[in-house]
Amino acid sequence: MLIFTLRRFNLFVFTMLLLTILSFSLSFLFPGDQLVNLTGQVNASPEQLAILSDKYQQNTNIVSQYFSYLTHLFHGEMGYSMTSHLPIATEILNRLPATIELTSVALLVAMFVGIPMGFCAAIYHRKVPDNLILTFAMIGYSIPIFWLGILAILVFSIQLGWLPSAGQISLLFEIEYVTGLQLIDILLSDSEYKWQAFQDATRHLILPVIVVALAPATIFVRLARSAMLEVLDTHYIKAANAKGLTFSQIIYRHAMRNAIIKVIRDVGLQFANLITIAMVTEVIFSWPGIGRWLIESIYQRDYTAIQGGLIVLSSFIFIVHIVTDFVYAALNPLAREPQHGA
Amino acid sequence: MLLSACDSNEALSLSKKSIIYCSEGAPESFNPQTVTSGTTIDATANQLYNRLIEFNPIDNSIIPAIAKSWHVTRDGKMVTFYLRKDIQFHQTNYFSPTRALNADDVLFSFNRILDDTHLYHSVSGGKYPFFQNAQFVDLIDNIEKINDHTIRFQLSHPDSSFLANIGGNSSVILSKEYADNLITINAMQDIDILPIGTGPFKFKQYSSGAFIRYEPHAKYWRGKSELKQLVFDITPRDTGRLTKLLAGECDVIAYPIAHKKIQQHPNLTLESVTSFNVGYFGFNTRKPPFNNPLVRKAISFAINKQAILEAVYTGQAEIANGLIPNSSWAYDASIMSQEYSIPKARELLAQAGFGDGFVMDLWAMPVQRAYNPDAVTMAKLIQADLLKIGIKVDIVSDYEWSTFLRKVSEGEHQSVLLGWSADHPDPDNFFSTLLSCGSAITGSNRTFWCNNEFDQLIQRALQTNNINKRKVYYSKALKLINEEVPLIPIAHSKRYQARANHVKGTLLRAIGGIDFNGVTKN
Repeated sequence: MLIFTLRRFNLFVFTMLLLTILSFSLSFLFPGDQLVNLTGQVNASPEQLAILSDKYQQNTNIVSQYFSYLTHLFHGEMGYSMTSHLPIATEILNRLPATIELTSVALLVAMFVGIPMGFCAAIYHRKVPDNLILTFAMIGYSIPIFWLGILAILVFSIQLGWLPSAGQISLLFEIEYVTGLQLIDILLSDSEYKWQAFQDATRHLILPVIVVALAPATIFVRLARSAMLEVLDTHYIKAANAKGLTFSQIIYRHAMRNAIIKVIRDVGLQFANLITIAMVTEVIFSWPGIGRWLIESIYQRDYTAIQGGLIVLSSFIFIVHIVTDFVYAALNPLAREPQHGA
Repeated sequence: MLLSACDSNEALSLSKKSIIYCSEGAPESFNPQTVTSGTTIDATANQLYNRLIEFNPIDNSIIPAIAKSWHVTRDGKMVTFYLRKDIQFHQTNYFSPTRALNADDVLFSFNRILDDTHLYHSVSGGKYPFFQNAQFVDLIDNIEKINDHTIRFQLSHPDSSFLANIGGNSSVILSKEYADNLITINAMQDIDILPIGTGPFKFKQYSSGAFIRYEPHAKYWRGKSELKQLVFDITPRDTGRLTKLLAGECDVIAYPIAHKKIQQHPNLTLESVTSFNVGYFGFNTRKPPFNNPLVRKAISFAINKQAILEAVYTGQAEIANGLIPNSSWAYDASIMSQEYSIPKARELLAQAGFGDGFVMDLWAMPVQRAYNPDAVTMAKLIQADLLKIGIKVDIVSDYEWSTFLRKVSEGEHQSVLLGWSADHPDPDNFFSTLLSCGSAITGSNRTFWCNNEFDQLIQRALQTNNINKRKVYYSKALKLINEEVPLIPIAHSKRYQARANHVKGTLLRAIGGIDFNGVTKN
């Protein structure tokens, strides 16, 4: 386990190194002054710029400039947004929780819908349920997200009027910012409209979550199906069958557990995909998350925000990746063995 | 399980008593003294503040507000306001007023603007565009506090539009006590960021570029609003606003698109108000052949206003029968727009000795304005109209806006497409600015038409405060314009708004944007 941890840590350090180098070089590649791009101080006076130049060691060579950038990054100083003039760190802290909330709920939905469906398809291999589920998975996987999102708004918000089309919660509810995760903050708040707010926030979640969850759910269907088929084909299942265990005993006691481990590994891989989908969805549903913020920053040429957002979002994906790897390793001892250069 | 509990038709109890207004942009400031942009005025002027006097939303006549009455001396140079004694400022978590509004607050509010040595004058940049346009610094000699509830303005010359300016969106009354408090805690710039006023709503929260939250002012002197909250949901995209309206996330939206869809919807209402503006086709009456009133009149018969309305304003305007819109008290319904009649135009043109037509230039403004969203298209339509009576039109539109304005005020044009948005609802704002002999000299009268009879009429209208007399004078002036045709008023553009039917009350105003006072929801 120690070697496994070290390997992952090693990977993390090198990826972060590459990421920060990329982000640092972006400040040179973007139009305009490099120091301004790095700090976002658009309206700084010459004196302020001189102080900043000193802080970021602009007069030294490029390597120490990079290390000075790293030092600032480690202290959470990512400069100021060129448009809102707020610190990037504050901007990100205000928005990342909304994205986490959306993606994690979507991931849970995708897992709880996709995996059982996949198992079901495997159990009824080459029968009607299998075909139906595979058709659904194929369609769901092929639908473009932005189109699905707009269609969902058109049908459920505009035509039927069932669900809201924009935002995280109705603006009428004042929820104090504690964790940033809206549902948790609502439960923590002492507003007299707590339950109304909770219902409202849930209603706001439904459409974006469905849109974000669809593609990963279809992937989970296929992963779970093939994992289950593989397990059902193993000798120990055959042996169990021969021993006279009932079908449900075989499935619930033996097959499911082993199949699920194979799927868990891919949950982490799906996360990067999930964030990309969430970014598009956030724009469509005006979800106040980091994806929408980052896309808006691109529109507004807010270079500091683009750099900061890039770093935070990619490290976030990477950390989730590593965490799922650990979960997988904890569940499956085989993975801990040093195989072919993990 | 949770979802089954929430039926969308059953409105939440908080939303039953709150209104969400989807506005088109973020306010620049929370003090309308410092800006004139419509978005900021909408968000602040009527919601947070009151003025000494205000306008009746129906006919735009002046009604009492903070001043329960006022008196103008015979020579028109002294105006005294008698203030109400029961007006309370907002109580918020950043300020608790200890006294009611008095003359000091009025004095403070105006001195901040007029006196450039005032402590607060330059706090938010020192620019007060509304007051600079109205030339308040020259007009007001002195403001005097007679007693705690009486205040007197001394003017350098009589000006009957002074009262209309005092009732204008920007002439709000701030709290001196709050300002003094801010000085002691060294946070003077907060005066325009964390506003304190006397209006029906008080400031609760502003999330930059996202939303504004207002709460009702419990001690509002006209009576507390029945609403629990008023939220401005800032939604710049027009499709986004429409979606939110249709999905029930907004109760009222600004500047809607898809008017037909809204009109057909059973639960929505589309409303509009004709703005205080006019788009016109003006002639340079100093240049031949337009020094001949017959030629001008002939052209006025040849313009198909209805076609222009549909093509240029896409129907979002009203045909201008005269210079002033029908929401003004001086509007005279008996004066009709010139009919569209090519034979009549030909006949008049022949009478004037131009039976074979002529060549003219038409200057089309190069920018978009509410009163004329597309002057070049309008010019092309007019070009086609005039070709029918043998007049060939050359369109001039390639100057940059400021050059265009300068050249037009220097009289280089033969005819021009321009317009005017009123600063305040007094009809004089249209007549004097656009057509008086005086403005022909200063350049705001781009027709250079100087008619003594007309000038006397509008002068007399200014010298009296009797509305009925003024109406008669203005009606005569309008008829004179129709006879002499120094310009052809084309259209008054409209401002649209859509709301869900459960929102009751008058919201939209011809001047001064929206007003949520007295608006309820059921």
